[in-house]
Amino acid sequence: MTLATQAEHSSTRRDFLYVATGAVGAVGAAAVVWPLINQLNPDASTLALASIEFNLANIPEGQSVTITWRGLPVFVRHRTQAEIDEAKAVPLADLKDPETDEQRTKPGHEQWLIMIANCTHLGCVPIGQSGDFDGWFCPCHGSHYDSAGRIRKGPAPKNLVVPPYEFISDTLVQIG
Amino acid sequence: MSEHSTYVPGNAAEKWLDERLPVVRFAKEHLMDFPTPKNLNYWWTFGAILVLCLGVQIVTGIILAMHYTPNVALAFDSVEHIRRDVNGGRIIQAVHSVGASMFFAALYIHIFRGLFFGSYKAPREILWILGVVIFILTMATAFMGYVLPWGQMSFWGATVITNIFSAIPVVGESLLQLLRGGFAVGNPTLNRFFSLHYLLPFIIAAVVVLHIWALHVPGNNNPIGVEVKDKRDTVPFHPYYTMKDLFAMVLFMIPFAWFVFFAPDILGHPDNYIQANSQVTPSHIVPEWYLLPFYTILRAVDFNVLFINSQLGGVIAMGLSMLALLLVPWLDTGKVRSGSFRPMFKWFYALFVLDFIALAYLGAQEAIEPYTTLAKVCTGYYFLHFFVILPVLSRIEVAKPLPTSISESVLGKAHS
Repeated sequence: MTLATQAEHSSTRRDFLYVATGAVGAVGAAAVVWPLINQLNPDASTLALASIEFNLANIPEGQSVTITWRGLPVFVRHRTQAEIDEAKAVPLADLKDPETDEQRTKPGHEQWLIMIANCTHLGCVPIGQSGDFDGWFCPCHGSHYDSAGRIRKGPAPKNLVVPPYEFISDTLVQIG
Repeated sequence: MSEHSTYVPGNAAEKWLDERLPVVRFAKEHLMDFPTPKNLNYWWTFGAILVLCLGVQIVTGIILAMHYTPNVALAFDSVEHIRRDVNGGRIIQAVHSVGASMFFAALYIHIFRGLFFGSYKAPREILWILGVVIFILTMATAFMGYVLPWGQMSFWGATVITNIFSAIPVVGESLLQLLRGGFAVGNPTLNRFFSLHYLLPFIIAAVVVLHIWALHVPGNNNPIGVEVKDKRDTVPFHPYYTMKDLFAMVLFMIPFAWFVFFAPDILGHPDNYIQANSQVTPSHIVPEWYLLPFYTILRAVDFNVLFINSQLGGVIAMGLSMLALLLVPWLDTGKVRSGSFRPMFKWFYALFVLDFIALAYLGAQEAIEPYTTLAKVCTGYYFLHFFVILPVLSRIEVAKPLPTSISESVLGKAHS
């Protein structure tokens, strides 16, 4: 073995060790950093409140209540027949975020509209039964929602979000 | 300007220290003998005033943290406890909250000084960039501090601003939960904001050190924007500028004290005196006055552009408005530094200042006509100024002749 090849050989080996150490170091650093980031995620006590049951029996037609779910305000509206008809009559082409009224309610329970009450623009709580479309109006930045909570005018990009929910009975609903 | 050390240790103790930690030499070089252009005007004293402001915020903040409770059930009351029960708490709390406003007033003057006199131009680009970094860090710190009293504006401000992150495609929603530590702004959010609000000022202080370091390598810019040529152009920092800065600080403290003693709440929004309620939004959400121009840019984009929806568009516009400041050394390529010798730049600068004030005014208005249209026009002009007017001006403008030196401009030709 000449001196030159020996030098070449050892430098390759050294390069390998150098890169390997760096790679292991990077993986190690990432493994240490992740728990430090992950602690920011919602904790167990927050997640424990992720699902609630709510009784609809006390809400007369034409009335709404705002309840709290996961710390978020949620609108529960007992819609009138006129509002339902109005929402169903809107052609999809008129909508910024096209969704039919059926997609936003449960079959057989069209009178109940359940939505997270934060405007999809920047999170304000819109005011009910106001605005240009018989739905909700967010005074912060001027977003108008219709009687199915769909965005019709203003800066909000999406319809008011429908949370996951199920009817346990005709009057009892489980949200989350 | 690093070869000006004239320090000779006076006695044996100083000599001993100098060979181990040359801190006295450092102070002598950078705080006393530092050669400073002799024509600096009062706009330059705001640098020192800002150091004062940061110091005041850190000292009063440390004291307030001794009495404040970062818990959603207690935060609002603990601030009232500070204001009513703690000895002198009324004044200390007022100094801290008014101090934030005074800090930003000085910060804006300092930035606009730099924009007029071309303080961002070579060889001071890094100095300028560090300044913008300080500005952004200060905005973040002020925002998180504003959330701590847990009033209605605090809470909804936090909701609106953290919601900005939900605009990011794909990961937005998970990122939002990560930032809030829950599904909505709540106790975890308050706790981490408190922790970061306490931390960030020390990071700002560290960046300020870098900022001053980056200033002391090329030396100060000055009102005529002509570099220092010889010793006659400068005076030692102490006593000439230490005294001038002190005098300016005293003047600055007069309005500061007026606010603290006579109208401590006048700069805030009355709705923040209502405890946070996650079920009801104030009819009109506004940030503190010093964030209004950027808030206007955020909400001016209420239309979709191609695949970018209005929410993301607003966020991008706001980000871009700060990026424009970072890029300004390369957007304005004019060789003449000071606006005083640039006849066209002067007018466009004035127009830009008016545009910025208009943006602040519009941010405080409701989102109805004519304000929404005006906000779009002013936002458009903001970007036009940086990305079109500045580059074009630096090409077509013919500058007035520059004085040959600082001495000549101060003393007249006869003495040069």
